Amino acid sequence: MFKTVIKFRTLLFTIVSIVATLFISGCNLVVLEPKGMIAAAEKDLLITSVLLMLIVVIPVIILSLVFTWRYRENNHKAKYSPDWSHNTLLEAICWIIPCIIIAILAVMAWISSHQLDPYKPLNNGEKPLTIEVIALNWKWLFIYPEQHIATVNFLALPVNIPIQFLITADAPMNSFQIPQLAGQIYAMAGMQTKLNLIANATGNFRGLSTNFSGDGFSDMNFDVKVSSQQNFTKWVESVQQMPAKLTLETYDQLAQPGVIKEIQYFSYIKKDLFNTIVMKSMIPMSPTALVPK
Amino acid sequence: MTIQTIEHQHSADATDIFGFWIYILSDCILFACLFAVFAVLHTNTFGGIGMKQITELPYIFIETMVLLISSFTYGLSILALYNGQKNRVLAWLMVTFLFGLMFVIMEVNKFIHLYLEGHSWQSSAALSAFFTLVGTHGLHVSFGLLWMLVLMFQIQKYGLTSFMNRRITYLGLFWAFLDIVWIFVFTVVYLMGVI
Amino acid sequence: MLEKILLGKLTLSAIPYHNPIVMGAAAFMGLAAVTVIGSLFYFKKWKWLWNEWLTTVDHKKIGIMYIILAFIMLLRGFSDAIMMRLQQALAVSPSMGYLPPDHYNQVFTAHGVIMIFFMAMPFMFGLMNLAVPLQIGARDVAFPYLNSLSLWLTIVGAALINLSLIVGDFAKTGWLAYPPLSELAYSPDVGVDYYIWALQISGIGSLLSGINFFVTILKMRCPGMNLMRMPIFSWTALCTMILVILAFPVLTVTLGLLFLDRYFGMHFFTVDFGGNAMLYVNMIWIWGHPEVYILILPAFGVFSEVVATFSKKPLFGYTTMVWATVVITILSFIVWLHHFFTMGAGANVNAFFGIATMIIAIPTGVKVFNWLFTMYRGKISLTTPMLWTIGFITTFTIGGMSGVLMSVPAVDFQLHNSLFLVAHFHNVIIGGVVFGYLAGFTYWFPKAFGFKLNETLGKCAFWCWLIGFYVAFMPLYVLGLMGMTRRLNHYAAATGWHPYLVVAAIGSAIIACGILFQFLQLIVSIKNRNNPAYKDTTGDPWDGRTLEWSIPSPAPFYNFAVIPIVEGRDAFWATKQNNQTPKTKPNYKDFHMPKNTSVGFILAMISGALGFGFVWHITWLILASFIAIIVCVIARTYNQQIDYYVKANEVEQYEAQFLNRATS
Repeated sequence: MFKTVIKFRTLLFTIVSIVATLFISGCNLVVLEPKGMIAAAEKDLLITSVLLMLIVVIPVIILSLVFTWRYRENNHKAKYSPDWSHNTLLEAICWIIPCIIIAILAVMAWISSHQLDPYKPLNNGEKPLTIEVIALNWKWLFIYPEQHIATVNFLALPVNIPIQFLITADAPMNSFQIPQLAGQIYAMAGMQTKLNLIANATGNFRGLSTNFSGDGFSDMNFDVKVSSQQNFTKWVESVQQMPAKLTLETYDQLAQPGVIKEIQYFSYIKKDLFNTIVMKSMIPMSPTALVPK
Repeated sequence: MTIQTIEHQHSADATDIFGFWIYILSDCILFACLFAVFAVLHTNTFGGIGMKQITELPYIFIETMVLLISSFTYGLSILALYNGQKNRVLAWLMVTFLFGLMFVIMEVNKFIHLYLEGHSWQSSAALSAFFTLVGTHGLHVSFGLLWMLVLMFQIQKYGLTSFMNRRITYLGLFWAFLDIVWIFVFTVVYLMGVI
Repeated sequence: MLEKILLGKLTLSAIPYHNPIVMGAAAFMGLAAVTVIGSLFYFKKWKWLWNEWLTTVDHKKIGIMYIILAFIMLLRGFSDAIMMRLQQALAVSPSMGYLPPDHYNQVFTAHGVIMIFFMAMPFMFGLMNLAVPLQIGARDVAFPYLNSLSLWLTIVGAALINLSLIVGDFAKTGWLAYPPLSELAYSPDVGVDYYIWALQISGIGSLLSGINFFVTILKMRCPGMNLMRMPIFSWTALCTMILVILAFPVLTVTLGLLFLDRYFGMHFFTVDFGGNAMLYVNMIWIWGHPEVYILILPAFGVFSEVVATFSKKPLFGYTTMVWATVVITILSFIVWLHHFFTMGAGANVNAFFGIATMIIAIPTGVKVFNWLFTMYRGKISLTTPMLWTIGFITTFTIGGMSGVLMSVPAVDFQLHNSLFLVAHFHNVIIGGVVFGYLAGFTYWFPKAFGFKLNETLGKCAFWCWLIGFYVAFMPLYVLGLMGMTRRLNHYAAATGWHPYLVVAAIGSAIIACGILFQFLQLIVSIKNRNNPAYKDTTGDPWDGRTLEWSIPSPAPFYNFAVIPIVEGRDAFWATKQNNQTPKTKPNYKDFHMPKNTSVGFILAMISGALGFGFVWHITWLILASFIAIIVCVIARTYNQQIDYYVKANEVEQYEAQFLNRATS
């Protein structure tokens, strides 16, 4: 028995060192390396909450090991009180300490829920940019309504500009997330959700769907490129020159189930496409409404 | 029977009836869910008819009265049970059964009409919720009727034994419960639909 | 045409001949079934099986069968887990792994469903069946026939899920089958139907059990055992049963509505015609969150019993423990929305549910402190159950912390659906529920079978589970922070996830060793059951505190020859302290016991046929089994001789036998 324990300990040690090496060798903990205002606030909140809870968690773990060792059966030096089972003060402390910590956390949760509400428009003096997001089986369609362009599986954003996403789905439920910029929000058919964020740094980030949506789910991610405002404008202009147009017909093709590996660009958007898609399941339409005459 | 076993039987009765109450509680939750679903979906008519168009108050009122009367006659049968009058118990149960049956027929009739007019459970979420909520109640009543039928045969066969007593009490609880649920259906589905 | 009438949607193509993994599993299951059936014929044990097990209403035997089911399903669910870990360890681009999405999606769905519904739930009911009536000094449960029906409904549900492996598909939707993915439009095959009917049938079994044990605990306690003298495990059982009674009807309705959508073309959760998928998500979690506590509360109860017994001290703060349990029970109904903060419900709603969730940490924290202070100034013997308990305290604390972390809505926006979440709930379910049930299994095993389990192998199992858990799931926390979402079939190498997934796969292999040791422990112990080191001749192998240890092991079918009278908590311990061994011969009396009945078994089998009919749209089978169920129930009501007398002299003989065994 003792030998097996030793063996397990060596094994454990080996594995712990492997894991430690992995950590040091620089993995990208995207959640802890935010590049957006919202994500940064969320990261701070995460770390503060963990530290706060460690105040209880660490003593509990230590106590559980210390008590086990100290009051082991064959330690005859330890005191044994066979009938001791109640101490009002101690029990009061048991309730009060978690209460205090949870009270602090609750206040933090309340404040942060409002501050970091994804629906809350962000304001830094710049004119916000609206982007409409449609989750399809299994690709993301991004519509820039004011620029009259659209992309598939690629999202270009200007730095330091408030962005408002209007999100829906024409597919099973998905969830829209760019971990380094902000937390996620569901994309649901027949409904519209919102997400506001500001990117604070230029660079390439990974965006993804986090909610399982079927066979092609694993490929339902997209590249996010945050560039300077000039470069973004240039990019918009270049897309506006693209030949492909997003009409109801091309949309219908796009909405067919399937994975798209390459990025697509559209220079024309059917008017009100996003709203049509949100509403199509809520009110009856002639069956041909989405098919061009 | 020794005194001890009579005692045993007695406490078993209390346990059983308590268990039946708990079953009714869980059935209450089932209906509560269906009411909640109905509350969420009843306006999602998808361009079809809503509760306002479904409701014909006089018809529903008669339906309600029929069910309430059946509860009253069930009460009379329990009264007869306390007096040990087997034939009266049977007679009132029969009356209750007929009223219950009438209720179910009226409901089915309404459903068939709606269906034939092209308003089926497939037409919209609101109608799905309507048919399911009202239909689940109707299904409960139908099971109650089947139960009543079996009970009548058994009373005929065994007489008013303590066993039968307990079963008549159970069905009484169940029947009263269905009445209460119907009051809610009447209020939430029909009355509030009209308002 | 005739084929359509006879078989509905079922055709030969429903059997996946082309899939070697499925066919291998099917062959293995077939082989196991043939072996069991063959040996039943060979040893002429059919009659014994029927009389002693299939038709039994003895709560201890029912408990044993529940636990056997749980262990078999643990194997099935765990093989799914290994397959997933292997797939994710291999599927770094350009490789796509060995499981195509179509198969992989079924695997992770089955893993979740089986582990929760057919491993954890039966294990929980099994332990409850074994221990609760004994702890409260009852001879049986309130409704023995319902108890047998519940068991068989659960088994039939499990059988349906396993049938889906061979005939047709299982759901490819994730374990809660969110619509609209689970609607016909996106899941046209029978997978979701199998899901609905397996859960519906077993769910009704659970609900009936809930009513049964709730009534048992409230109405059948022995004289003197008022509620505040009840052992904590029975208390947690009571609270759990309240949760079952209140939560399971919601599951029944939710699955029922999904069924109506799929079978009758209704529009509760469809995308069009005004359906509302989020309604399903809300409802399934109104059941689902209490379900979490349905699983963990009994584990808390087990730990409370184990820690007191092996510290040789009464549980510290019994009253606070009871209140903590009650508070958790109530709170568990007002936190469901924390499973989908990201729905966009608004800051006030999110904050409310977030804070309600955090508040649960307070009574849970109190419980942890109480267990610690029970150990304080105790005499701790480090037996296997105690090891599970200590492993639990440390592991569960970490899991609790990650849980509270995610109850902060703004943090959850980042961690929701990620592997961080997966790590969190495995942390509490393995560290809490599994450890707890395995502790309870080892602890009450002698009471059920009359011999103890091998300690060394038990400890090996514990260490493998503990280490395996950390190796398998700590990387998942990291991966969650790296932005890896759950249920991925393959991923790009550039993400840097691969090494962590390899470590996680190694962890699952270590857990596999733990399971292996567990089974080895069973085999070795059964082989040595008559060895004095294993045999429990006294009925009190652990120097226990509660009533179940006051009777012989294995417990006689009537449990208590004389119904005990209780004067305080830890009743049996008090008796031993006062040395109140009765000098005079106890005064035995005749008493009632329920007769065996086959109705529960038959009803459950027909329900299985009904479910199968609904899955494959076989109308005649649906109608036939529906009528058969009604006929069976009515037939049962004609049987009024449902119990019999055990005579005083019979009891005297049994008890004398036991005394001889103990003294010799």
